[in-house]
Amino acid sequence: MNATMLRKTLQALTAASAVALAAAAPASAEPLKVGFVYVSPIGEAGWTWQQDTGRREMQAALGDKVKTQYVEDVPEGADAERVIRDLAQQGNQLIFTTSFGYMNPTIKVAKQFPDVKFVHSTGYKTAPNVATTNARFYEARYVAGMLAGKVTKTKVVGYVGAYPIPEVLQGINAFTRGLRSIQPDAQVRVIMVNSWFDPGKERDAALALLDQGADIVTHHTDSTATVQAAEERGKHAIAYHSDMSKFGPKAQLAAVTHHWGPYFTREVQSVLDGTWKSNQVWGGFKEGMVALEGFGPGVGDDLKAFLKQQEDAIAAGTLNPFAAPIKDNEGKVRLAEGALDDKGLNAMDYYVEGVVGKLGKN
Amino acid sequence: MDALAPLIAASMNAGTPLMLAALGLLINEKAGVINLGSEGMMLVAAALGFAVTVHSGSPATGFLAGAAAGALLAGVFAWLTVWLGANQVACGLALSLFGVGASAYIGMPYVGATIQASSWGIPGLERIPFLGPALFQHHPMVYGALVLCAALGHFLYRTRAGLVLRAVGESPESAHALGYKVRRIRLAALLFGGACCGLAGAFMSLVYTPMWVEGMVAGRGWIALALTPFATWRPARVLAGAYLFGGITILTFHMQALGVPIASQLLSMLPYLATILVLVLISRNIDWIRINMPASLGKNFNPNS
Repeated sequence: MNATMLRKTLQALTAASAVALAAAAPASAEPLKVGFVYVSPIGEAGWTWQQDTGRREMQAALGDKVKTQYVEDVPEGADAERVIRDLAQQGNQLIFTTSFGYMNPTIKVAKQFPDVKFVHSTGYKTAPNVATTNARFYEARYVAGMLAGKVTKTKVVGYVGAYPIPEVLQGINAFTRGLRSIQPDAQVRVIMVNSWFDPGKERDAALALLDQGADIVTHHTDSTATVQAAEERGKHAIAYHSDMSKFGPKAQLAAVTHHWGPYFTREVQSVLDGTWKSNQVWGGFKEGMVALEGFGPGVGDDLKAFLKQQEDAIAAGTLNPFAAPIKDNEGKVRLAEGALDDKGLNAMDYYVEGVVGKLGKN
Repeated sequence: MDALAPLIAASMNAGTPLMLAALGLLINEKAGVINLGSEGMMLVAAALGFAVTVHSGSPATGFLAGAAAGALLAGVFAWLTVWLGANQVACGLALSLFGVGASAYIGMPYVGATIQASSWGIPGLERIPFLGPALFQHHPMVYGALVLCAALGHFLYRTRAGLVLRAVGESPESAHALGYKVRRIRLAALLFGGACCGLAGAFMSLVYTPMWVEGMVAGRGWIALALTPFATWRPARVLAGAYLFGGITILTFHMQALGVPIASQLLSMLPYLATILVLVLISRNIDWIRINMPASLGKNFNPNS
C-alpha cells in the first residue's frame, strides 16, 4: 500500500468510525473547536501549505463534528503566546501549534489552560496536555536519493540547505546514502544559504551547483526558487514540502512531501472520544506522514515501481536509511553496527561519506 | 576559467538590484534627505511589477509599474517630510513597515503565478568565448543600471543641475537664498530615488527570481542603504560596492559547493565583514567622508522660518 492509499484508507476508516459514533450519540451538541497557528502565510506551496492541507483533510473527514479556525503568519516569540492564548480563550479544545519556535509559548499557555489540549510540531517539550509531532522526512529523502542515482549522468547532485542543524543534516545524509546505494561513486555538493527563506540566495545557490556540474538539484529551504532554476537550465530538481511541478513541469523528478491530514484526524477523533493522551509521534512512510510523489515526465513506470518497493521496505522496517556502517566524510566510523536510533538522529552533526562540504566544528 | 564565467555573470546579476536602489538613495541623500523606506518601496514595486507583468505579459510594463509604485510611495514620504516637516528616520521606517504589509496584500493573488522567463544577449558579443557568457548575456536592466550609474556620475559632477542638487544637500539655506526651490528639488530627488528603488524591486520579481512571494526582497533594501556611505556618496563606488557585495555572496556559494574546508556560517559572514573592513579603511581618511557626505543629510528645511 503506498502512502496515498494508506492516507485515503485511514481517512475512510476515521470517516466510517465518525459516522458510527454520530449514530451512537445523536444528541451531540456543539462541534469541537480546533485551532491552528501557522508561522507563515498559507500561500501555494511549502510547510504551512502542507499543514493547512492537513487541516482541510481533517475537517472533511470529520464534517460538522469539528469547527476549525486558523491564524496565519504568526511570528515565533511573544506574539505567538498571545495568539495561542486567544485561541484557548475562544473555546478551542485542541490547538495545533505548527512551528518549532512555538514550543515555549505553547508550554506556557498549556499550563494556564489545563483542560485544553495542545499539539506542537517539531519540538521536544511535552506536558500532560501537550503532545508533539514530527515527520521522518529523511525516509523520503533516502528514496529520493535512489531516484537521483537512477537519473544522474554527471554523478554530481546539488543540495541547497538552510542551516546545518540535525533536521537538515538527516535529509542530506539520507539522500546521499540513497544516491550512493545506486551509484557508489556519486557525490552530493551542499550549499547552506543560512536562511530558511530567501528566494534570491536559494536561486543563486542552485545555479552555482548547476554550474559546478550537478545535473539534479534538491533543496531544504522554503521557496520554489531551486526548482525554477533547474527548469530554466533544462536540468532536474527534486522539490521539498510540496509538489512544485507547476514551477518546474519538466525539471521536477519528484517531490519529498509531508502529510498531516490522517494524523490531525486521529488526534481530533481521540479528543472527541475522550481518549486523548499526551504522546510523541515521529511518523514516516508507515504512518503516511511523508511521501515521494509528483513524479515528472522523465520517471518511467519501472522506476516508479522500484521506488515504491523501497518505500514499502522502509515502512515495513526491512530497509533503514541509517543502517550501519555509517562513515562520515572525513573517514571516521560513526556507527559500526545496528541502525541509528532516534537519539542519534536528533544529535546528527556530521556529513556522511559522499557529501562534499565541511561543517563547523562543535 | 570555465568556472569563472558563471561566477562573474551571477555576481553582476546579484549586484544589480543593490546598485539600482543604492543609486536612487544616493540621489536622495545628495539632496539632503535620507529615506529608510527602500525595503518597503522595493517590496511594493516587486509585487506590483509582477502583478502587472502577469496581466499584461510584458515585463517592460511591469518595470514601469514598479518604478511608478516606488515614485508614488516616495512622493508620500516627500509630502510628509519635506512639506510637513516630519522626522525623516521615523517616516522612512514607517514606509518600510508599510511596504512589507502592503506588498503582501497586493501580491496575495499572485503567489504561485508564473511569468515567462526569457534569455537575453547582446548580438555578436554574446558569442565571444568566456567574455560572452560572463558579461554579455544579461537582462537589459543589468546594462541599464550601468548606464544609470555613468549618467548620475556625469549629472552630479558635470552639470549645473547636479551642482544645484548638491548645493541643496550641502546648505539648503544658501540654495534658498540664491532663489532655488529647495522643497521642489528635494521632491524631484525623492521621486527619482523612489523610481530607482522601484526598478530594483521589479528586477527582483521579474528577472532575479521570476516569481512573487512575501518578503522576497529579503533585506536587500537595507543593504542598499548601507552602500551609500560605503561608496562615500560616489556613483562609481556604488557600482564597485554592489558588485563586490554580490560577488562575495556568489563566491561563498561556489566555495561551499567545491568543498572548501571553511564553515558555511563563516562564509556567510564574508560579505558583511568585507563591508565593515572597507568602511574602516575609508574612515581612516576622514576627508573622504567629510568631502562627500552632504552636510544637511537628514535635516529638514523650512523656507518660511
